[in-house]
Amino acid sequence: MSDIVLKTENLTKHYGGVHALEGAEFELRKGEHVAIMGDNGAGKSTFVRQITGVEQRTDGKIWFDGKEVNFAGPIEAREAGIETVFQNLALADDLDVPSNLFLGREKVLFNLGPFSILDRKYMRKATEAALVRTAVKIPNLNNTIRHMSGGQRQCVAIARTATFASKLIIMDEPTAALGVQETAQVENIIRTLKANGEPLILISHNMRQVFDLCDRIVVFRRGRIVANLRKQDTDGNDIVSYITGSKTGEAELAAA
Amino acid sequence: MAQTSHGVGGLTYDAKQRAWPAEFNVFLALIILVGAFELIGRVFLGDSFLFNTRDNVDAIFNEARLQIIILQVSIVGIIAIGVTQVIITGGIDLSSGSIVGATAMIAMSFAQVATVNGNPNPKAMFLAQGWTDLPVIVPLVVAIGCGLLAGLVNGSLIAYTRIPPFIATLGMMVTARGIAKWWSKGQPISFPTDSFAAIGKGLMPVIIFISLAILFQLILSYTKYGKHCYAIGSNEDAARMSGINVKNHKILVYAIAGILASLAAVVLCSKNLTAQAGMGVMYELDAIAMAVIGGVSLSGGRGSIIGTVIGSLIFGVIISGFTFLRLDAYYQEMVKGVIIVGAVVLDQWRQRRRAIGA
Repeated sequence: MSDIVLKTENLTKHYGGVHALEGAEFELRKGEHVAIMGDNGAGKSTFVRQITGVEQRTDGKIWFDGKEVNFAGPIEAREAGIETVFQNLALADDLDVPSNLFLGREKVLFNLGPFSILDRKYMRKATEAALVRTAVKIPNLNNTIRHMSGGQRQCVAIARTATFASKLIIMDEPTAALGVQETAQVENIIRTLKANGEPLILISHNMRQVFDLCDRIVVFRRGRIVANLRKQDTDGNDIVSYITGSKTGEAELAAA
Repeated sequence: MAQTSHGVGGLTYDAKQRAWPAEFNVFLALIILVGAFELIGRVFLGDSFLFNTRDNVDAIFNEARLQIIILQVSIVGIIAIGVTQVIITGGIDLSSGSIVGATAMIAMSFAQVATVNGNPNPKAMFLAQGWTDLPVIVPLVVAIGCGLLAGLVNGSLIAYTRIPPFIATLGMMVTARGIAKWWSKGQPISFPTDSFAAIGKGLMPVIIFISLAILFQLILSYTKYGKHCYAIGSNEDAARMSGINVKNHKILVYAIAGILASLAAVVLCSKNLTAQAGMGVMYELDAIAMAVIGGVSLSGGRGSIIGTVIGSLIFGVIISGFTFLRLDAYYQEMVKGVIIVGAVVLDQWRQRRRAIGA
């Protein structure tokens, strides 16, 4: 039990009458990279939003790092060590790279409440270190995010997770909008994270990527987890049939 | 993508990629404008706009004109400092002009003398209560209190009821103007104490404007508050997901804008030695115009106080340039309108060009 980083029990989210997530049971071990797959609206993002505290769950329990947790908001989840790269890239376009990396948790020289003086030198150094650690290439740290390509933006978003001692990284379709070369760059970063033993949840539609980068694949369909398979026990066709619902998987899960 | 190859671990970059600061363009526009007035003046009037042409005065520049330019814009400029911060966070504040009116009336009531030429002050609001000849701190605190209250109401409405800033501050604009008229039933309030009158004397408005501009430029560049202003204006969802308390921040921004409007009111009625219910009409639009001309993007996230200060100078140059060319004041307003729209069009165009470039 001690090597379980994240565990959910009966995790449920209803938006009014819409049952977006229904009784999700999920486990993630140390150093493990797990992929979450499923059609649009299958509940993948909803699942992530409950874990990261962006939304409050309707029912269920979450354990993280050995303790039961109730995150009131994303900042609490982040302080606990859950870093998320959001689908819509939670970056501020008009800020430079260090400002984005430290957004919402700026390092300050003097604490004067909202008027605290920023420690810009420290943040710049830490940013450089984080970019080196994740092998991210950014031409100019002082450039605003607006001036960067999609791949560079995504790299900044991912480097953000590596800047802080995180215990779990969640990526929501990190390569959805990227070109071939940029996708390769992001995947390399993910491999670096794997080599560093950092656990990861990857939401992706890209079958090749999932089989390339992850140890285990969890399939969502209509708000439920319908499959939880180790990479070597399955293949692409199998996963597709779970995603489309031609295989229900309920029997297997019950047996397991 | 070619530039990326220059970067190794994010440590080197192509220096050619560095963009001009937007303020530089605005400053260039200011110089071109001054040059244009200078040229037109020399050609058509045989007079200089910028330089001293009189023999009886020993100076290089026409100092009187320069003083008028900066004095004219400094009071609205103080408002524009607050409006700049509001616009950077992606909001708008239409209430500042009316806050000036209401604050001027209320604060002036606490700054009146008891006797004028040996007779009881005929305009005193609180003569019966004996609230006359109060120390200058009292009207100042009252003024800041008024601005703070108005700003807090604006900010709370925007943060908690989620109505658009345009509507919330429009409501405050009408309400505060109503308060200004109701306060003395439309009567002007005059005869301030000497210490109160000293606040807006001579070049004091300019000194106050420049000091506040420097203070808030430093705050925007070097503090958490400043960083969060840009973050919220740039991507509000990202700011929220990053754990910034967007609601509290918005309330703070509008509160600061309110306080700055109230300071402008103090300077204005101190300078004029009287407060009237109609004070500050249209100041909100002038302040917004200064910010927009100064490169503050109405879509949020971009701009600076320095830009707004230069924008306010452009504003002042246009007004005094038209007077210099002996053109009617009507033309001033027409051209002002054209310049505001032009500045926004230019901003949009620049943004599009950047998007294509990236």
